Amino acid sequence: MQTPAGGASPLSRPVGLSEPSQNPLLSVRHLSTDFVSLDKTKKGAEVAHALEDVSFEVCPGQTLGLVGESGCGKTTTLMSVMRLLSAAGRITAGEVLLDGVDLLDLSEREMRRYRWKEMAMIFQGAMNALNPVVPVGDQIREPILLHELMDRPEADRRVEELLDLVGIAKSRKDQYPHQYSGGMRQRAMIAMALACEPRLLFADEPTTALDVMIQAQVLELLKHIQAELGLAIVLVTHDLGVIAEVCDSVVVMYGGVVAEYGPIDAVYNTPQHPYTQLLLEAFPDLNRPAETLASIPGTPPRLNDLPPGCRFGPRCPKYWGFCSEQKPRLVEVTSMASRQAPFLQQHWAACHLLEEVASPATVKEND
Amino acid sequence: MDTQTTCAGGASQRKMEAQQTILEVRQLHKHFPVRQALVDTLLHKPGKTVRAVDGVSFSIGRGKVMALVGESGSGKTTIARTLIGLEEPTSGEILFDGQMLDDSRRHTRDEPKTPARISLKCLRLRAQMVFQDPYESLNPRATIFEIVAEPLEVHGIAKEAQEREKRVTTALEEAGLRPAADYFLRYPHELSGGQRQRVVIAAAMALEPELLLADEPVSMLDVSIRAEILNLLRELQRRRGVSILFITHDMGTVAYFADQLAIMYLGRIVESGETFQVLRNARHPYTQALLSVVPVPNPRLRRQRMILQGETPNPVDIPSGCRFHPRCPLASERCRHADPELREVEAGHQAACLLVG
Repeated sequence: MQTPAGGASPLSRPVGLSEPSQNPLLSVRHLSTDFVSLDKTKKGAEVAHALEDVSFEVCPGQTLGLVGESGCGKTTTLMSVMRLLSAAGRITAGEVLLDGVDLLDLSEREMRRYRWKEMAMIFQGAMNALNPVVPVGDQIREPILLHELMDRPEADRRVEELLDLVGIAKSRKDQYPHQYSGGMRQRAMIAMALACEPRLLFADEPTTALDVMIQAQVLELLKHIQAELGLAIVLVTHDLGVIAEVCDSVVVMYGGVVAEYGPIDAVYNTPQHPYTQLLLEAFPDLNRPAETLASIPGTPPRLNDLPPGCRFGPRCPKYWGFCSEQKPRLVEVTSMASRQAPFLQQHWAACHLLEEVASPATVKEND
Repeated sequence: MDTQTTCAGGASQRKMEAQQTILEVRQLHKHFPVRQALVDTLLHKPGKTVRAVDGVSFSIGRGKVMALVGESGSGKTTIARTLIGLEEPTSGEILFDGQMLDDSRRHTRDEPKTPARISLKCLRLRAQMVFQDPYESLNPRATIFEIVAEPLEVHGIAKEAQEREKRVTTALEEAGLRPAADYFLRYPHELSGGQRQRVVIAAAMALEPELLLADEPVSMLDVSIRAEILNLLRELQRRRGVSILFITHDMGTVAYFADQLAIMYLGRIVESGETFQVLRNARHPYTQALLSVVPVPNPRLRRQRMILQGETPNPVDIPSGCRFHPRCPLASERCRHADPELREVEAGHQAACLLVG
């Protein structure tokens, strides 16, 4: 496991982050992650800037959605926060504050105490995330025993409790993953994530491979668990519909940066970034059978070959010369929201077209 | 032998005799035997079958788009595979352009003796399939030119190099890969997912088919790319008059794309009709539930969802009576015993439920 470089250097907080009414449980600030590929055939290392200056907050009992297309850095964000990046990953800047503690400052040993107990993850693809040769119940019990939270018989009772919570019959705890259907495996994954009573749950595409009815069941289950346990949830998906159904706030990512961030209603109904606008128009909606769907020409950028300036520039219909010269900063776009409102209530977007109208006071300092 | 003249008497004649219905399916069944344990075979236990498609009838009008919607295991892919001859139907009839598919003559491309029949080879010249995963359905070792030219080669069309190149160029450019010559010598791995799906569509369109069977053509693609491919298919349908059987699990795409809609559950069509009729006035409880759980990309439209409990039963043990009754919130005693047929609920709109119609 790599040690985060520069994680200790405190960066200025975005304006508006001060004095939130509800303390955020997780606060990610200016997080940047690189992937370094050590290709021996080439001279020197190739660096892909997978994440750059990503900031967001989640409060207890709330759900934050991370949405974007494949390769936009959604999963990398989760892996950086959990500090589970592969060997090539380097966190180069930023802070990840969990209840005030910067996770990037912790040693690997200390970090281990946080995983599962404080924050747990439902991994992408429940089919592959479970061990095929270990009974499901034993897999759910494993983190409990590992953290020495209780003894074996007590842990067994806890497993039954957890299975009950996610709607799986207790009698099935000795069965193997292949005896479970896709929806049940996903439920088992959720039970496992809840085993050590975390306060924060990361769900990486939890419903992607599932049928729409099973997807609805799983989302309903997540909502139910959240209401019962007061969890904060970070939901990663590429499905704008799923985000709209369950999230309180949303981060729209593009090419490793935050394009737009704000309360769900503001982002969906008054999208400010051209990418968000197009993405919403490109998404087929049952209630709006449009004549033609908006399409976004081109493809998302490769992270080792990023365009200069705004990363969305080459595909943006509102592109102008300045876009390729300078990176846009994340600026606050809702003038109506009071300055004292918590960061969560504010609506931010990173586009040069918005910078002119945004008041200079709201522009983040120290960029 | 020139396939074009043998297969349907040439394109001009084809047009003159064109039927209003391009494809008609009558009472199609496809059952797969389940492999038995040796002991069971020795004991002469009756073998089990998966009734993947269990009595499906529908028709597609010429130039129309029909969507088959259902969850996994509902039999929608099996229908497409049976239509194009990748599976032999257990029973039932498939009529293409008024001619019955003659499965016994799988490998001939001659005109069958009885004029009202069409051989599989002829059908495959006039109907083409677009598969789900553009990462797996392209030969990684063939160039784009070879991939798009292959169907022409198989059917012995455009044998001259110049003519073949012209047809490949047209197909690629119609699929939005312009200029086509830039793509000729490239390999699938050099293309993005959206471009690959365009190549798949170009290869299917190279034969100028009358019917496209598109099996979840956009489910593997990102949202922004998905819209491009849907717009492309729609453009092909409008400009070339190609009919499309569109197989999907995504209601949102259907609303945008299809003229007609058929909802499948456990190997049967439970509701069908014009898309707007079914979406606005869904009568079958399964359709209603399915529509209520489709995520709507608007947080102001969050609504009460009708979430069905449990999962689709195994098609080996199909429930008695109405096959939906164990999960149906409205099921009554009658539903346990009587198997409802599709009945008209309004003009052009059918539902298979005892409680409606």
